[in-house]
Amino acid sequence: MPKFVELWVYLSATPLFGLTATLATYVCMQAVYLRLNRVPWANPVLWTVVVIAGVLLATGVPYPTYFAGAQFIHFLLGPAVVALAWPLWQRRLELRKRWGRLLITAMAGGTAASTSALALAWALDLPHDVLLSLAPKSVTAPVAMGIAEKIGGIPALSAVFAVLTGLVGAVSGRYLFNALRIPFTTAGWTARGFALGTAAHGLGAARALQVNADAGAYAGLALGLQVVLASLLMPLVFRLM
Amino acid sequence: MTSSTLGLRGLAWLLVLQTAGELLARAFSLPFPGPVVGMVLLLAALRWPVVREPVAACADHLLQHLSLLFVPVGVGVMTHLALVSQYGGRMLVVIVLSTWIGLGVTALVMFNLSPQHDAEQGDRSDAQVR
Repeated sequence: MPKFVELWVYLSATPLFGLTATLATYVCMQAVYLRLNRVPWANPVLWTVVVIAGVLLATGVPYPTYFAGAQFIHFLLGPAVVALAWPLWQRRLELRKRWGRLLITAMAGGTAASTSALALAWALDLPHDVLLSLAPKSVTAPVAMGIAEKIGGIPALSAVFAVLTGLVGAVSGRYLFNALRIPFTTAGWTARGFALGTAAHGLGAARALQVNADAGAYAGLALGLQVVLASLLMPLVFRLM
Repeated sequence: MTSSTLGLRGLAWLLVLQTAGELLARAFSLPFPGPVVGMVLLLAALRWPVVREPVAACADHLLQHLSLLFVPVGVGVMTHLALVSQYGGRMLVVIVLSTWIGLGVTALVMFNLSPQHDAEQGDRSDAQVR
């Protein structure tokens, strides 16, 4: 037994641990998700986060130790944001044609998401820095962190809020759209996808990509638009306030 | 050129443009995060095949596993346990409701503005209640 403890102490302190734990747990959770026919509540990110956070808390391994390894995965978020230009470019003709409508929709959805978050946070009497950290929550995590830093929120908290938002969207989107009677036609799928990309960024887009190609394409587009709009407008709006 | 060489070149382009984005954002103190500037730069650079072909070989792979990349940040929720235990319920209410509002508003606006929707509506009776 002491041998095992020694081994655990050694292993959990190396960067290898965080990286292996993240990838291995995710692969397992994804297998479960696929086995369950991609039912939304089995979202692999949700369960990977729950399992890893649970193990870390139970064994007393601090987050920075875990992150020393997990940062190699985290780092790829930067190039992934840059890569979002690719799906946008592929749909440039359609974009040019529907530019106005898409921009209006993206503005309406993004504004609805962040003002409702601010209003609810204010109504529920949450502390000011938490409230500010909630504002960019529908933008993809790395960008949300950047915006939070600019408007006076807590970047790390914003990132967590963004991931939770993405999970809520990915897990519950389908039921909400069904309740709103958005049909399963091309127009319906593009609306579903665009909404997931707007309000639930990368995690919503990942979910949309898995269910329908049109939805996935528009989700990527929406998330790219949201990144540009939010990082352009949010710091300006908060500077004026 | 094999596709893996091409993919590697694509990753190199992504990193180069991200770096350029970071530098521009800092140098001109732009309100955007560096990777966003990199994305805009890439959007402009994709017209050239030298950039387009390698990026095409790599971007889809990276974006396909986009959700995995959020795990390390998500686990970070454990560092805010004090906040979570104090305000967790309320924060969850805010996140869930505002996400639904955002999703609902976007989907409804998008659906009602879409040209296909106009066509579909035209086919059906106008008396349909939404």
